[in-house]
Amino acid sequence: MGTISSLANPTRFLSWSARILPFVSVLAAVTLGIGLYLSLVASPPDYQQGDSVRIMYVHVPASWLAMFCYLVMAGAALGTLVWRHPLADVSARAAAPIGAAFTFLALFTGSVWGKPMWGTWWVWDARLTSVLVLFIMYLGLLALWRAFDDPTRAAKVAAVLILVGFVNIPIIKFSVDWWNTLHQSASVIRLDGPSIAPSMLWPLVVMAVAYTLIFVALHLAAMRAEIYRRRARTTEILIAARRPSTAVRPAAAH
Amino acid sequence: MSAFSAIIGQTVKASFRAGGGALTGLLFFLTVVTVFPFGVGPDLNLLARIGPAVLWIGVLLSLLLGLDRLFGQDREDGALELIMVSGEPLALFVFARAAGYWLAHGLPIVVVAPILGLILNLDALSLAAVTATLLVGSPALAMIGAVGGALTAGLARGGMLAAILVLPLSIPVLIFGVAAVNGAIADPDPFLAPFLILCAFTMFSAVLAPIAGAAALRLGLD
Repeated sequence: MGTISSLANPTRFLSWSARILPFVSVLAAVTLGIGLYLSLVASPPDYQQGDSVRIMYVHVPASWLAMFCYLVMAGAALGTLVWRHPLADVSARAAAPIGAAFTFLALFTGSVWGKPMWGTWWVWDARLTSVLVLFIMYLGLLALWRAFDDPTRAAKVAAVLILVGFVNIPIIKFSVDWWNTLHQSASVIRLDGPSIAPSMLWPLVVMAVAYTLIFVALHLAAMRAEIYRRRARTTEILIAARRPSTAVRPAAAH
Repeated sequence: MSAFSAIIGQTVKASFRAGGGALTGLLFFLTVVTVFPFGVGPDLNLLARIGPAVLWIGVLLSLLLGLDRLFGQDREDGALELIMVSGEPLALFVFARAAGYWLAHGLPIVVVAPILGLILNLDALSLAAVTATLLVGSPALAMIGAVGGALTAGLARGGMLAAILVLPLSIPVLIFGVAAVNGAIADPDPFLAPFLILCAFTMFSAVLAPIAGAAALRLGLD
């Protein structure tokens, strides 16, 4: 805990993240290059789906990260509420747009994959629907953050919603599963074949690692930007408060 | 305990007074249900089939209407600070507010729902099923709504935001509510299991939502 809390000091965070960010970014780019080569060129086409199976390699890691991002945000929300750590606020705030982007990517690639495979862009299947709800929750959180003018107050309130969502997302997932089995199931969606072949598993694993590295790089960069944004905001308020001639008092001064 | 019932009573009274939202919510429910046949056409068989879902969605939407008034006024006039200083548990206050909100906004709609079900061509069994599921399910909607109201208390245009935040969270209640009605009408589907899950949602949200709402109110204040 001692080393973690010293690393979590915002100023120290800025210095160590500046040092490792280039490495993570390069590593993410290299892994993504290898993963794209393996999945788009080296891996075999599916015996049934042909080349369109390659969408899987960009689709599955995206949906995995869509959930992983929420997990990161839930951890950060706990950090905000329990330890009142300022960097936890920043972490959750920075992760939300990235999570929304990955969720959108998962939905988009899923649709593109669904059109040739199932003949439709969208099916009200349990899994698709729960990812859509996750996407709406990400957007709702972003809207909540934007509604407050004070970022620390916004972070605390948003943390409550993140945790409420964290309790609710498994319930939504479970009830949506139940909902779909109740109705007619015209297209039960699953990967054909009993289990995935090793020649396809390896590219998928590399792509998952690449996506995770991309997330880490984006998250670090977004956290740095958020810290600087808050510092710029504080400086602006201080300057405005020190200037007696200005007629308009800053809103955050009271 | 007297403070608890006083807050419930005050919430109910304020909702029915001039400027309170209870009657507006009821009217909104009436309007939403009336608008549906214009959208889908006057086919009575189709209306009978989607009727339970229409009533459920109508209740869900009209329960969103008053959320901005739930805690917004307390925050503006300083009553919230007084309640926090009083030493009474804030979660209990949130629970009392949500219970009063349900009594004023939810219960009248549940009572009116079977009458509107008649004009949607629902038979007696469907009417009974819809009313029963709404009766046990709508308190959960009020509790989840209270969290949204607490999160957006004191925000300009907070009601709109609260609706967006609350709707995805109330999807499970809607799913099991409509599933129980369908179970009562169609033979092979079970009624009791989704109905009991609906009851469980209400109790679950009655415990957890006030805690989350109290945390949101407290953190939103400083």
